[in-house]
Amino acid sequence: MAHQQAHEGHHDLESLRLMGFWLFLITDCILFGTLFATYVVLHGNTNGGPTAQELFAMPGVIAETFILLTSSFTSGLAVLSMNQGNRKGLIGWLAVTALLGAYFITLEVTEFVHMVHEGATIGTSAFLSAFYTLVGTHGLHVSIGLCWMIALMIQLSKRGITSVTRRKVNVISLYWHFLDVVWIFVFTIVYLMGVM
Amino acid sequence: MWDSIKKFASEFFVTGDPLIYGADVSIGLTMIAVVAALTYFKKWNWLWTEWLTTVDHKKIGIMYIIASILMLFRGGVDALLMRTQLAVPNMDFLSPEHYNAIFTTHGVIMILFMAMPFMFGLFNLVVPLQIGARDVAFPFLNSLSFWLFFMGAMLFNISFVIGGSPDAGWLSYPPLSEKMFSSGVGQDFYIWGIQISGIGSLMTGINFIVTILKMRAPGMKLMKMPMFSWSVLSSCITIILAFPILTITLALLFIDRYLGAHFFTLDGGGNPMMYINLIWMWGHPEVYIIVLPAFGVFSEIVATFSRKRLFGYKSMVFALMSISAFSFFTWAHHFFTMGSGADVNAFFALTTMAIAIPTGVKVFNWLFTMFRGKISFETPMLWAIAFIPCFVVGGMTGVLLSVAPADFQFHNSYFLIAHFHQVIIGGVVFGFFAGLYYWWPKVFGFTLNEKIGKWAFWFWNAGFYICFMPQYVLGLMGMTRRVNTYGWDTGWWELNFVSTIGAFLMGIGFLFQIWQILHSIKFMQKAPADPWNGRTLEWSIPSPAPMYNFATIPHVEERDAWWEEKQRRAQGEAPKPLPPLEPIHMPKNSGIPIIKSAFWFAAGFGLVFNWLWLAIPGFIGIALSMLAHSFNYDTDYYIPVDEIERTEAAAKGDAR
Repeated sequence: MAHQQAHEGHHDLESLRLMGFWLFLITDCILFGTLFATYVVLHGNTNGGPTAQELFAMPGVIAETFILLTSSFTSGLAVLSMNQGNRKGLIGWLAVTALLGAYFITLEVTEFVHMVHEGATIGTSAFLSAFYTLVGTHGLHVSIGLCWMIALMIQLSKRGITSVTRRKVNVISLYWHFLDVVWIFVFTIVYLMGVM
Repeated sequence: MWDSIKKFASEFFVTGDPLIYGADVSIGLTMIAVVAALTYFKKWNWLWTEWLTTVDHKKIGIMYIIASILMLFRGGVDALLMRTQLAVPNMDFLSPEHYNAIFTTHGVIMILFMAMPFMFGLFNLVVPLQIGARDVAFPFLNSLSFWLFFMGAMLFNISFVIGGSPDAGWLSYPPLSEKMFSSGVGQDFYIWGIQISGIGSLMTGINFIVTILKMRAPGMKLMKMPMFSWSVLSSCITIILAFPILTITLALLFIDRYLGAHFFTLDGGGNPMMYINLIWMWGHPEVYIIVLPAFGVFSEIVATFSRKRLFGYKSMVFALMSISAFSFFTWAHHFFTMGSGADVNAFFALTTMAIAIPTGVKVFNWLFTMFRGKISFETPMLWAIAFIPCFVVGGMTGVLLSVAPADFQFHNSYFLIAHFHQVIIGGVVFGFFAGLYYWWPKVFGFTLNEKIGKWAFWFWNAGFYICFMPQYVLGLMGMTRRVNTYGWDTGWWELNFVSTIGAFLMGIGFLFQIWQILHSIKFMQKAPADPWNGRTLEWSIPSPAPMYNFATIPHVEERDAWWEEKQRRAQGEAPKPLPPLEPIHMPKNSGIPIIKSAFWFAAGFGLVFNWLWLAIPGFIGIALSMLAHSFNYDTDYYIPVDEIERTEAAAKGDAR
C-alpha cells in the first residue's frame, strides 16, 4: 500500500512529457494546416510572375523526398537500436539521420537560391510568398531538428540510455516522422499538383 | 554627433504629447522607486530566488494575477481617456491619431494582457489544488510561459513611449496594418508583443491538458472532477487548436511587412480578406477560451454558496465541451458584410445561434443549483449572481447580431461595442473577479474585507449598466465604432455623456478593489483552511497551501470529495487513517525561463526596429538557453519527511 501510494504521488514524468509532445505535434499540425490553407488560396495568384509549372524542377524535389523518407527510416532504426540497448547503434543511426537531414536542407537551400536567381523572390507574387513560407517553415523545422539531434547525440554519449534520454530519443523520432508526413503533403500539394 | 543623437532620440521616443510626457515621468519615477526599494531593503536576492526563478504554480499564479491587474489599470486608463474624449461633442482632448492608438491598445491589452493572464493565474492557483496534485505537469515550462507572456506584454506596452503605439485596431486588419499604410514601428510592436506572449499561452494550454488528464488524485475519474477543472480542460483544448492559427497569421503579416511578401497586400496578388478570416479563426475561439473558465468559476461558487451539489453536472460538462468544439465554426459572423454570399452567411448565422443552446443549458443549471439552496451572499456569490442576468442580456444581443441580414445594420456600430463589452465584462471580468475573491483566502492566507468588497461590487455593476446600456441605443441611432468625435447635430451627446459617467463609476469600483486589498493587508485577518465551507479538495489543505500542496495525496471516491468527507465526519465517522509521510519529489527552481524570455524580448525589439545586431544575438541567446536546459539533468530534489512534518505542524498551529 505504501509503495502504491508513493507510486501514485510521483507521476511517471517521462510519460507525461511524451504526452505533452504529442499535444505539441497537434499544435504543429494546425500550424502547417494554416500554411497549407494559405498556399492553396494563393497558389494561382502569380501576379504575372513565374508559375509553379515554370519554376519547379522535379528531379531535385524527388531526390529531396527520397532522402527525407530514408532519414525517417533510419531514425526508426535508431529507436530499434535503443530498444535493444545498443548505444553505439543508436548514436550511429541518429548520425546517419542527421546527415541525411543536412543533405535535404542543402538541396532545399540550393533550390531556393536557384529560384531567387531566376527572379522568383518572396516579394514577386502572392504565390511565391506562400510557397517560400510554407516550404521554408518545414525546412526551419528540419534545421531545428538537426541541432536538437546533435545535442541529443552528445547527451547520449555522455549519459548512455537512461529513462530520460530514452524519452528524448522517442520524442525526436516522433518529431522526425511528423516532419516526414508534412513533407509528403508538401510534395503532393505544392510540387506534384503544381506541375500537373 | 550631438545632432545625430538628438535626431535618433526624437524618432525613438514618442514626443509632442503632454500625456505621454507625464507617462514618461511616472514610469521613470516608478522604476527608480522599485530599484531603490529593493536595494534599500536588500531584497534582490529574495526576489530572484523566491519569485523570478520559481517553478511553483502558486507563485506563478500570483505573478500572473499581479501582472493582469496592472494591465487592467493600463487598459482601464485607455478606456477612460476614450470615454472622456467622447463625453461631449467636438471634444478636443485626444488627437485623432492618439485616439486610434488608444482604442487599439485598449482592446489588445484587455483581451491578451489582462483577461488571458488573469485566466492563467486562476488556472495556476487552483487546478493542481483542485485535482489533488503537487504541481502542474511541466513546472519549468509553466515558468517559461509566464515569462514569455510578461516579456511580450512589456514589449507591447513600451510602444507608447518608445517608437509609437500600434493604431490599426485591436486585430490590426490589413491593408491598413501593412507597411504601405502603417510604416511606423507600432505594428511591429503589436506583432512581436502578441507573438511572444502567444507562444507562452500555447505552452500553458499543453501544460494544463496533461496536468488534468494525467495528474488527478487516485480515484478522481474525469466525471468526478470539479467543474472548474473541466472548464480549464475545455479552454485549453481550444487554446491548442486556435493559437497556432494566430501564430501563423501574425507571422505572415510580419513577413509582408519585413520581407515585402504579398499575403495580405492589395498588390502582388495578396488577399487582405484572408487575414480577416484567419485572425477570426483564432479570434472567435479566443473569446470562448477566456469565458469558459469563467463559467467554471461560477459553477464552483454557485454550488458552494447555495450549499448544494451543482445541478446537471453531466450537462454542464457536455455544454463546456460542445462550446469549445462549436467555437471553431462561427468565425465568419464577424464579417457578414464581407460578401461571401447568402449560403456562407446562413451557415455561420446558424452555428452562432446554435452555440447559444449549450450556454442556455448552463444558465439553467446555475439557476436550478440555487433553487431551494441555502444561499448566502458573500462577495464571490454577489459577482456570480450579477453575472447571470448580465450575461443573458449580452448573449441575447449576440443572437440578434447573428441574424446575418440584420447584421448589415448593426455591423461595427456601438450596438456591437455594447454587446461584446457586456459578455466580456459581464462574463469574463465578473467571473475572474468572483474567482479571485473566492480563492483569495486559499492563495494568500488572509481574508478580504467584505464591506469594501461590496462597495466595489456595486460601483462596478451600476457603472457597467450606466456605461453600456446607452451604447446599444447609440448603435441603433447610427453611431459607429472608432469615431473619435461627433457633432452636436447628431443627437448622441446625452447618451454618450451618461456612458462616460458609467465608465468612471467602474473606475471608482476598481479603486475600491485596490483599497480593499490594501486595507485587508493592513488589518490582516488570517484565513481558515476552509472559509466558505467549500466542496472541493483545495479547501482540505491549509491556507495558504504549503509548497508541496498535499502532504499525502488524497483518495477521491465521489464528486465534491471534501464536502462528502465533511458530511461523513459530521456523522461521527472517523477520518480514514493517513498513510505515513514520504519524501516529496519537487522540481528545482530555474533562472532559464526568465533569461530565455529576456532574449525573446531582445529579439523582438531588434526585429521591431530592424536592428539585426540586437535580433540575432537575441535568437542565439534563445537557442543557447534551450540547449542549457536540455543539458541540465539536475532538475529535481526531495523534501525530507521531517521538513513536511514541521510545515504541517506549523500550519495546524496557525489554524488554532
